Amino acid sequence: MSRGVLKTTGRSVRLSEASMGREYVVVSINCNGVVKRRILDMGIIPGAKIRVLRTAPLGDPLEVIVSGFPISIRKSEAACIEVIER
Amino acid sequence: MKLLRGEEAFVTNHDLSKDLVKIKVALVGIPNVGKSVIFNKLTGGKAWVGNWPGVTVEKKVGKLIIGKYLIEVTDLPGIYGLTPYTVDEVIARNFILNESPDVVVVIANAANLERSLHLVLSILELGVKVVVALNMIDIARDEGIEVDWKALSRLLGVEVVPTIAITGYGINELVRAIIDTYKRKEVKPYVVNYGDLIEAWIGKLVKELGRCEGLKYPRRWVAIKLLEGDEHVLSTVDGLCPQIKGLVIKAREELSRELGDLETYITEARYRESLRIANLVRSYVEVGKVTITEVIDSVLTHKVLGIPLALTIMYLLFRFAFEVSTPLVDLIRLLFDEILRNYVLSLHNLPDWLTSLLADGVLSGVGAVLTFLPVIAMFFLGLSVLEDVGYLARFAFVVDKIFHKFGLPGKVAIPLIIGFGCNVPAVMSTRTIEDENDRKVSALIAPLSSCSARLPVYLAIAGAVMGNYAGAAVASMYWIGILLALIVGLIMRKLMFKGPSMGFIMELPPYLVPRPADVLAKTWERTRKFLVKAGTVILGGVVIVWLLSVTGPSGYLGPQALTNTSLLEKSWIGFLGHVIAYFTLPMGWDWRACSALLFGLVAKEIVLGSLGVLYGVSKGSLVATLAHVFTPLTGFAYMVFILLYVPCIGTLAAIKSELGLKYALLALTYQVTLAYVASLVIVGIGKLIGLG
Repeated sequence: MSRGVLKTTGRSVRLSEASMGREYVVVSINCNGVVKRRILDMGIIPGAKIRVLRTAPLGDPLEVIVSGFPISIRKSEAACIEVIER
Repeated sequence: MKLLRGEEAFVTNHDLSKDLVKIKVALVGIPNVGKSVIFNKLTGGKAWVGNWPGVTVEKKVGKLIIGKYLIEVTDLPGIYGLTPYTVDEVIARNFILNESPDVVVVIANAANLERSLHLVLSILELGVKVVVALNMIDIARDEGIEVDWKALSRLLGVEVVPTIAITGYGINELVRAIIDTYKRKEVKPYVVNYGDLIEAWIGKLVKELGRCEGLKYPRRWVAIKLLEGDEHVLSTVDGLCPQIKGLVIKAREELSRELGDLETYITEARYRESLRIANLVRSYVEVGKVTITEVIDSVLTHKVLGIPLALTIMYLLFRFAFEVSTPLVDLIRLLFDEILRNYVLSLHNLPDWLTSLLADGVLSGVGAVLTFLPVIAMFFLGLSVLEDVGYLARFAFVVDKIFHKFGLPGKVAIPLIIGFGCNVPAVMSTRTIEDENDRKVSALIAPLSSCSARLPVYLAIAGAVMGNYAGAAVASMYWIGILLALIVGLIMRKLMFKGPSMGFIMELPPYLVPRPADVLAKTWERTRKFLVKAGTVILGGVVIVWLLSVTGPSGYLGPQALTNTSLLEKSWIGFLGHVIAYFTLPMGWDWRACSALLFGLVAKEIVLGSLGVLYGVSKGSLVATLAHVFTPLTGFAYMVFILLYVPCIGTLAAIKSELGLKYALLALTYQVTLAYVASLVIVGIGKLIGLG
């Protein structure tokens, strides 16, 4: 339902390639099974606002903020989250 | 109304229970929502603690009595939903379905409503009576979030009680809501609408399920799970009424042509509904302040500072645990090894064997248990503080990449590092790892971390035969231990504990000042568990080693064997030393070195003292003697063997208490095998390149 209403600019990208600090909106989650469930469990659902806050010192995982809450996620899993810039 | 909690409720339970109305309550909530604090506030902290059948997940049951009601509260594991994917979620849903609690209390996080609401909606589908405790309203307010709980209550059709668990705010209202909900005849909870296509099929399936005899579960829930393709539910239904299977296959085929993967579609629909409800009852007030958490995180997870700080914090935990406990350990040693021992030895009217059993067996066994205690308690104290502050999650975040390569989560670093101090608390620290498979693997590889008890043995042997390379040889033990731990972890995770990996998607909870009462309670609970469960095993082990020293194939030798080399050779220990020497022939160790390994079972530092006794030399001249016993190559292989061969009895007891006997035996077997192969390879390669 949220897909049509969103005011967005630009094309969608993978969360693993999103620029740090910018606000995005989750478009879709393109993986299956446990990882997908876990992603949804963390509130990363289509329509949710998301922002990459930082990467860990060794370059992976990422710390993202989803509706105000910090979550850690590896790049390999962030790659299946499609986001679009607000 | 008189309110009794915990202990009082337990005591009075027997006299009053026939007159009391019993209400069975299940407590559920997403992780980090303050569930255990609410459990403690409800039950007064006194709980019956056990494990859920068949798994190593902790089960807690507590009671309170109010008026004529006896409320029995079962604390279910922290979960996000009711899928069949994780052990925790299966436990929770089986409990709700099979034990039929009268009321399910769902603890929701006011600061992060949509995630909790998904769990609320999932549980409402089970057709049970629900009360929502809207917790952390203080934290939400600090972040500028206001939740209209009355509106939420109207929308969901269940009682909603705002709470602040740590201060106890709202707890009495929660108890009242539980009783009111229990008394209510009819409940009309909120039902998620999954859209016309799916709802039509749910209708058909529900109708068909009505004819399915023996199905105890709520039909709408079963229908949804069948459409999601939930294997557990499918096999239950299939066993009761096989005719439904065809209909389910047809429904799934038809629907997935239109909607794609059905499980995804249904889950997303439920989550979208949660987000929609959350937005309806939530309003934001601009606060515009930078939270403390952001400031602290910008330092602790900093690109350059993050890793050095992580290592420093672990080092400080180490120092803290050892510095604080050393005087206590010394005191306990003095008491057991000197004062009590001398007292027992001075009792002339006892037979020789009894004096020795008491002095060398029982006293040294109890002493061994108690000398572990201060170190373990201090480690747990430090660890509980780090956990409650919120740092452990950051630590895992900072070091995760290293462990990711080995298919392990970042939190494995914690037991491996603590293991450098002592393997016992290392094994017990695996409690903080959420995933059951990850936890088991971590507990099994933790003993490969080179503990401080092994150091004196390395130092003596390296000092005797390694010359200028002594320092490097000792340091290499630590690296070999960690490297093998990671490799063994990788193999175990791939072959034995295959379950799906959650990856590393986890919450980074806000930093909090820990409450001393909570930290102390946690420390005490863990320490007490060690004392009760590990104590007897350690004591038994020490007594067995004593028995093997004073008896031999020829019969009873007497306590003199413990100090006399030629007598000790005739004991079972000496006999087994010869057996081990035979099997380790390529390594070139003599039977004395092998016998000493058996004493290392009790505690690794004892190996050194035993070598002294076995070679019949004093501590001072031991190093000189060892220089003749080992070559640099056989000495190095012996050091690696000491590092790997068995966890000491204390560690084995800890593994048994955390995972069960089966896993303790697994640890024992794989480590002996690993040690044997590793030292054989070292000697082999050494000889090939012309060493030794």
